Amino acid sequence: MLELSNVSVKYGSFAAVKDIDIEVEKGELVVLLGSNGAGKSTTFNAISGLQKPSAGDILFEGQSITGLSPDKIVQAGIVQCAEDRKLFPQMSVHQNLIMGAYVHRRKRKQVKESISEVYELFPILREKKENAAGSLSGGQQQMLAIGRALMSRPKMMLLDEPSIGLAPLIVEQMFEVIQKINKDGTTVLLAEQNAFAALKIADRGYVFESGSMVVQGSSEELLANDTVRRAYIGA
Amino acid sequence: MGAYLKKKGWIIGFILLAVVFPFLSQNDYFLHVLTLAFIWMIAVYGLNLLAGYTGYLSLAHAGFFAIGAYALGLLTVKAGLNYWVALALACVITSAIGFVVGLVALRTREHFFAIYTLCVGYIIYLVIDKWDSLTGGVRGLIGIPAPTAIGPISFETPLSQYYLILFFLLATILVMYRIVHSLTGRTFIAIRNSEDLAQTIGISTMKNKLLVFVLSTFFAGLAGALYASFIRFIGPDIGYITVIFDFLTYLLVGGLGTLAGPIVGTFLIVSVSQSLQFLQDYRMLIFGPLLTLLIIFYPRGIAGAYLDFRMKRQARKKKAVPSKQTSYVQQSQEDEEKRVKEG
Repeated sequence: MLELSNVSVKYGSFAAVKDIDIEVEKGELVVLLGSNGAGKSTTFNAISGLQKPSAGDILFEGQSITGLSPDKIVQAGIVQCAEDRKLFPQMSVHQNLIMGAYVHRRKRKQVKESISEVYELFPILREKKENAAGSLSGGQQQMLAIGRALMSRPKMMLLDEPSIGLAPLIVEQMFEVIQKINKDGTTVLLAEQNAFAALKIADRGYVFESGSMVVQGSSEELLANDTVRRAYIGA
Repeated sequence: MGAYLKKKGWIIGFILLAVVFPFLSQNDYFLHVLTLAFIWMIAVYGLNLLAGYTGYLSLAHAGFFAIGAYALGLLTVKAGLNYWVALALACVITSAIGFVVGLVALRTREHFFAIYTLCVGYIIYLVIDKWDSLTGGVRGLIGIPAPTAIGPISFETPLSQYYLILFFLLATILVMYRIVHSLTGRTFIAIRNSEDLAQTIGISTMKNKLLVFVLSTFFAGLAGALYASFIRFIGPDIGYITVIFDFLTYLLVGGLGTLAGPIVGTFLIVSVSQSLQFLQDYRMLIFGPLLTLLIIFYPRGIAGAYLDFRMKRQARKKKAVPSKQTSYVQQSQEDEEKRVKEG
């Protein structure tokens, strides 16, 4: 479904990502593992069009999306749920969700349906729907960020470190929800530092180190892999 | 209905006051100053849409104001067009030039955008000042006609001009209200919030930025054209840099990114500077420190400070009466259903 071949991204003369190959099949849940600065977010930005790759090609459903503008890529069906739970803090929860359906803004009925789907997935958001997004707790903000991404009815969702800065219990819930979203038919590409939790729900994984991909394999293989265990799981 | 009145109370209050004012005061000078203030308000609303709601501080708007004024002046005086046709054309011409400038200017951001538009504004001023054969240069353009009569309504007297310009101001406020409370308005706010984030949810930022730039130059042009037909004489100094800083002061004092801001700020500064007229240029000694204090303590201006105050009070009330929570949720659900029906 998504295929990155030999993708490199440069910030000035610094290559943040070098020669990456990633393949994600329809319906899969794939995780990118790596510490800070390993190039996960840069890879995501390259896929979502925020950052133009300096080399390589990105194919989505057989079509090249390299260098397309971000809004075209959202229209094609890839949505990025950015790191740091970026929301529109002054807008209400409800308005944030409506903004998420921007590409479908003319299909009123569909937007309404999507909103009730999101509220079903995250009942707390329905309770808080008139509250300003900035007043929510960290976990709720993350739910809203994911909910807003779902509003565009993506075929594929890029989730950048959804567990960052959240309490362990909330992290567990978050991963359950991600798994559910995946089971409901959305292909998910997840970037995580929390390798153990992420590999438990993922089908496959890629391990990044300073801009390059070093190991790849199924979740079981990666969980058993010594380098991965030492670097990310600590056992 | 009560809540509706409360929410729009200031608008209705302002309209009533503005409509009755000529009956309260027979002073022609006051009427003249107030009419001028209305014209500034229209221009400041245009600036507010771009600088306040979208976060792009344009310093070219005095230039666009001047383009609107000169377009109307030239079309009526030199081309002899009907006033209303000229007014419409003046707005179109300003927006068209705004479109071209926007195409280039919007590739820059933040202070680069401000500097770029400052240069554009100055270039517009220079062109008007130096293009003697077209604009009359420093001598200016004289003999601009007053609006021609529509049927039985003529606009020769100051009073009728006052109402005409008030009409345009109210139309501007109505349009602004509709824009700000629509998805388009929220798209602008999203761009102000974070352009990257706006892009990741599928907003074409360039298209929307261009739209808001053209809209805001449209209102600058409209204000300029009204100014030309009200004062009947225009010189290049209406496009000078001090004019944009006047607009900016009105907007900052009133409240950047608020609907009431342009009215509050413009009215306050215009009336205060009129009443301090006896101090001549020394009034700046009073203005300067006041402005500095305001920016330090109320960066969102007077209207912004009021909104913050109201929000805090509401938050406190909500905390004090937790039992009302359920009814609040029901209420908001009802509101929501209504909103969805209305679209």
